[in-house]
Amino acid sequence: MSKISLIIKREYTTRVIKKSFIILTFLTPILFAGMITVPLWLSSIKDSNKKHIIVVDKTNSYSQVLKNNETYVFDFVNKPVAEIKKENTDKGENEFTALLVISGDLSENPKAAALYSDKQVNLELKSYISGMLSKFVEQQKLAAYNIPHLKEMVEKSKANIDIPTIKWGDNGQEKVGSAELALGIGMISAFVIYMFIIIYGAQVMSGVVQEKTSRIVEVIISSVKPFELMMGKIIGIALVGLTQFFMWVILTGSILFIGTRFIGGVDMASVQQANQAGMQSMAATQSPGEMQQLFALLHGFDFMQIIILFVLYFLGGYLLYASLFAAVGSAVDSETDTQQFSLPLTLPIIFAIYAAIYSAQNPDGPLAFWCSMIPFTSPIVMMVRLPFDVPAWQIILSLTILVLSFIGTTWMAGKIYRTGILMYGKKVTWKEMMKWLRY
Amino acid sequence: MILLEVENVVKQFAGHLALDSVSLSVPENTIYGLLGPNGAGKTTLIRIINCITAPDSGEVRLSGKRMTPGDVEQIGYLPEERGLYRKMKVGEQALYLARLKGMSKQDALKALKYWFEKFEIEEWWNKKVEELSKGMAQKVQFITTILHDPKLLIFDEPFSGFDPVNTDLMKREILNLRDKGATIIFSTHNMETVEDLCENISLVDQAKIVLQGNVADIRASYATKTYLVRSTGKVLGNEAFTLISQSDKHGIVESVIKKQTTEGNNALLEELMGQTDILSFEQLLPGMNDIFIETVRK
Repeated sequence: MSKISLIIKREYTTRVIKKSFIILTFLTPILFAGMITVPLWLSSIKDSNKKHIIVVDKTNSYSQVLKNNETYVFDFVNKPVAEIKKENTDKGENEFTALLVISGDLSENPKAAALYSDKQVNLELKSYISGMLSKFVEQQKLAAYNIPHLKEMVEKSKANIDIPTIKWGDNGQEKVGSAELALGIGMISAFVIYMFIIIYGAQVMSGVVQEKTSRIVEVIISSVKPFELMMGKIIGIALVGLTQFFMWVILTGSILFIGTRFIGGVDMASVQQANQAGMQSMAATQSPGEMQQLFALLHGFDFMQIIILFVLYFLGGYLLYASLFAAVGSAVDSETDTQQFSLPLTLPIIFAIYAAIYSAQNPDGPLAFWCSMIPFTSPIVMMVRLPFDVPAWQIILSLTILVLSFIGTTWMAGKIYRTGILMYGKKVTWKEMMKWLRY
Repeated sequence: MILLEVENVVKQFAGHLALDSVSLSVPENTIYGLLGPNGAGKTTLIRIINCITAPDSGEVRLSGKRMTPGDVEQIGYLPEERGLYRKMKVGEQALYLARLKGMSKQDALKALKYWFEKFEIEEWWNKKVEELSKGMAQKVQFITTILHDPKLLIFDEPFSGFDPVNTDLMKREILNLRDKGATIIFSTHNMETVEDLCENISLVDQAKIVLQGNVADIRASYATKTYLVRSTGKVLGNEAFTLISQSDKHGIVESVIKKQTTEGNNALLEELMGQTDILSFEQLLPGMNDIFIETVRK
């Protein structure tokens, strides 16, 4: 086994057996899946407690407007507001969730209604009430025009258009696309690359600092070249990152697979039941479930291409920054000193994620184009553009620039590293580091 | 037979000359001392021998052949700034360092077993380095330095951080290694070690070698005509020698005298024998410490 592979092996194994790595690797997919499913599940649970809303309606004309639903019950009372408030504070315990006071005709004064409560009223209740009241006032106003069938005409003129987007594939087949989904996939992969570069770049840096502060570095470079030690560390940590990424893909994939099997099973059962009941027509016209629709959309993306380019851009971006992080680590004497030097490295990464967010709105605009060519931002920005079908020449050009740049930064970093790791107890400046390039 | 030759090595760091045309040769199977004050250039020279830094000009030869980076496998180097991975287990780490020196896994394990048993530290194998004391860690480092049976061993301040018991143990092991055929270079400030162990030395000061040669010859050349005389009766200073000090210990008189003539030692002894009954007569040689200070001050 060559020496560099021994170094890679050590860097890799010491990291993947760490508890923090194992926990993060297995927990994150569960978190991913949880982030998708828990809100869905929670929204499906209905609050069994009925919430009472006391209504003091001084106009006496809204009792038919406010309708009870599963959650909210409206109780109309005819007491002064002050008395209700006093009763409420005396009891100290709430018998009602909120108090709605309607003090005048809402069609004349839209501000005549107010909602009082001890706690902040939730948005759902607020929009439920204002929705019903606005609709009623709207109808009142329409009726006041005295035009026959106006209500029906308005109703008919309402439109809700959902434009499906269809992409033409290379061989002419049509794929159902979704701009929202493309955006989602792009943003997630950009964010994962951003996170990986920051996390694993910092690991390279602290690894170098630890070797220097523990004074083992001179022992090792009497056996291997400093450049081999640096590259061994960078490659070893890159493999840790890739391991984590593929574990996430596989684990999230299998959790979602099991999840959809479960949901799909329920769907099939209900379809069969419907068949047995002889309501074939209904089953046939049933619109496909949201899940199925989502899967149809997901099939529209070339995931293999996205994953391969993700790995390439991750490696390129990581290699570009990791060697610079290694150079910074080699120049300082302790981990606390790294901050002033690592800031110029983290700034372009943070800029890249902002550029990615803006590029998402206009994936073919000049910002998106240039930032996906500049090597310091391209690994992150290009990920956002990928789902929107970037021309092949742009991908190839940006990857070529990236590869050439990381060869350049690695060469530069290697020179700084070589001198830096043997310097002890010296406050280093940028000027000094530039001098090391010429040693 | 010369094992290591350094010829006219020059190394310059941004505006500061670290080594100015340094040459030395280390005979095979001897212990060589590399002395000098802090910042003289010793560590730079050692790093050049270890191929860690490249010289600007000059040449380093091992067994007569120009050194290549691959030759560092024949060197065992214990740097002054030394340490181990704190979170790694002792055995795992020793194995890793041995394999970086090109040993196979089986050979490394066998050699490690031998040394761990010899130093009675087998129970440390699965301990993390951070659990060890400094002296314990130094023992592990010593083992990893010599494990691959190198032809040339370089120790930079090897005994700093060792207690006297361990220092003694290490000294014995180093002598053992020499007897088995290894050549050893010591870089140190500890002159006692130099007198004890080294056959030849080079004294480096301000990037140059200011004194070089066999330790016994150097000490003889620095001899200051002082003698220690033990006798049954008192000796009296005269034109041949002056008396520096005299003391009576249980009937034996110890005198330190300084010769005033250019005649040989025998003439002086005859002069003394005329005065009283001489029990012993010894020329006092200056310690390496005195020579070091005197040379560096010049």
